[in-house]
Amino acid sequence: MNLSRMWAMFVARNYEFFRDRAAFGWNFAFPFLIILGFGFIFGGREYQEFKVGIFPIEAGEEFFLESSVPKAFQNGRYLEFIPFLDLQSGESKLRHQKIDILIDRNSPTHAYWINDSSPKGYIVEQLFLASFKTNETQAERQLIQGLQVRYIDWLFPGILAMNMMFSALWGVGYVVVRYRKNGTLKRLKATPLTALEYLSAQMFSRIFLLMFTLAVVWLGSDLIFHFQVLGNYASLAFVFFLGGLSLCSMGLVLAARGTSEEFTSGILNFITWPMMFLSEVWFSMEGAPNWLQNLANVFPLTHLLTAARKIMNDGASLSEVSTECFFMTLVTLLCLLLAAYLFSWNE
Amino acid sequence: MILWHKGKDVLFSTILTRHFTIPCKENMPPVLEVTHLKKMYRQTEAVADVSFSVQEGLCLGLLGPNGAGKTTTMEMAEDIIQPNEGEIFYRGQPRTSSFREEIGIQFQHTSLLNFLSVEETLQTFHKLYRESENLNLLIQRCELQPLLKRRNDKLSGGQLQRLMLALALINKPRLVFLDEPSTGLDPQSRRNLWEIVLRIKEEGKTIILTTHSMEEAEYLCDKIAIMDQGRVIAWDSPKQLIKTHCQGAAITLPRTAFRLDLDRLPFSWKQKDGQIILEIDQIHEGLSVLLNLDVDISEMSIHTPNLEDVFIHLTGKQLRD
Repeated sequence: MNLSRMWAMFVARNYEFFRDRAAFGWNFAFPFLIILGFGFIFGGREYQEFKVGIFPIEAGEEFFLESSVPKAFQNGRYLEFIPFLDLQSGESKLRHQKIDILIDRNSPTHAYWINDSSPKGYIVEQLFLASFKTNETQAERQLIQGLQVRYIDWLFPGILAMNMMFSALWGVGYVVVRYRKNGTLKRLKATPLTALEYLSAQMFSRIFLLMFTLAVVWLGSDLIFHFQVLGNYASLAFVFFLGGLSLCSMGLVLAARGTSEEFTSGILNFITWPMMFLSEVWFSMEGAPNWLQNLANVFPLTHLLTAARKIMNDGASLSEVSTECFFMTLVTLLCLLLAAYLFSWNE
Repeated sequence: MILWHKGKDVLFSTILTRHFTIPCKENMPPVLEVTHLKKMYRQTEAVADVSFSVQEGLCLGLLGPNGAGKTTTMEMAEDIIQPNEGEIFYRGQPRTSSFREEIGIQFQHTSLLNFLSVEETLQTFHKLYRESENLNLLIQRCELQPLLKRRNDKLSGGQLQRLMLALALINKPRLVFLDEPSTGLDPQSRRNLWEIVLRIKEEGKTIILTTHSMEEAEYLCDKIAIMDQGRVIAWDSPKQLIKTHCQGAAITLPRTAFRLDLDRLPFSWKQKDGQIILEIDQIHEGLSVLLNLDVDISEMSIHTPNLEDVFIHLTGKQLRD
């Protein structure tokens, strides 16, 4: 591994990125527009089912057997019921807006919990209250303890990570295939540059750009939304760095072979879209089938987001997200080695 | 003409088993030696059986019609693609990782990093080698000074070729591969490029080039290998190739220059557009005969065979894709 050669390629790739004004501008504009869109236009609302947490429910137990939850609410439309073993586990999900309301199914006072900063929580609360008959005992409203996580605080890491994913996969995978097609890689193959040096330079260049973009978008958005970060900023940056590495290395595997930009584009879409929907970028996977949740765990984006949200919303330390960090490191190493092994300069 | 065709058949049968070597100057191993190279692309045989070697300081030209296997042969020699069969030796040894430090390549089709200026491109490639040429000298030699701040994608064809040549020379290579370096250049740019290549040659570098320009091959090459259908079908110096394959010359005169019956002429002739074309073995003998027969030679033109005649003679006139 020759660092001088790697540095030369790193600098050259950065020149390209910063001088391609259209692509450069879009890298910043895209996340800003999404955040602003969600922040202002939709007011943080989502158009999907409301998630209702019910506790205490043992595994396999029926949700509403001898339950105090009104029948009208049990049969309500657009409601998805998610079981929890106890109040504590449900409360944690409510705090992060992974569910919209939490109901004690056996409570004689119809106790329920709400995240006061959740717009969806407010709506589903109204639905719940409206389901009681006028002569019935009214429900007992409870607020969750501790800091409440706003939807935008929950969403923000998702948008940053999604932007990172698109930029890493397309900015590395697609670009390398284009270089192979137009003969740039062939020209580089005629030099002593090795595949590992070239791929590492591509990856680190993209990481540098991703972190730069992340910092600019974060600062810009924070001026408007004042995000709350309970954990350490350095830990958060480290997690994003690892996440970026793992996503870039995935891009390198895709870029290892092939000269068809159209085919690569199809493969990239095939990978990015499931990641975007299953890795909890926009909405929680709480209540989704187990196999789908397990599938989501294969994606580095899921681990990046889990770790980032734990640090940002729960104040977790780096050691508390070590599993996610380990997974992302593993993905990076495996993908980088696989990419270097499969890499072809001209085929 | 018939004799030539017979000659071609004989040539084919002898050449296929021969290994071509540019004469050794000081008993040194050849700079590059390839033996029985073969390359298949699925069912297509791009290179059937190619062997040659080239000694230090000489320029070898690979000539051939489109699809003859020149570029494939060149890229196998450059270590860009791998042969299916055959061996390649650099200075008598199998090529190692240091091979790329010692060669320079100008590809026929290639591209450079986007959004970089000529100067930045040179600097980037400069850092990829252990030993590099002085950039100022290189810029001067390839006449890139006025283009240094210009972006790669804003260069004209000739300017881009000069930059590509500079990149091929950036590591002080001992062996330079030039794949159709003058394709698409105007006459001025082409001449300029040839002068640069001649200067490289004067420095003792070994050059292997492919070209479709017979003029270029005659001007630059010490030895020429003519390839067709994946094989070398002729190999020699340009002069010797002409001497071997296209003897004689053609004298063209207007019909009115002859006051005698044309059947009295002691050489074969044909008539075309009012012109008489005489096929002769030796120019001076032919002229002597014409003067003795009192032929008016004031409007005479003489065509001596050149490399293009050899090329057409050996590879035929059929179009190639």
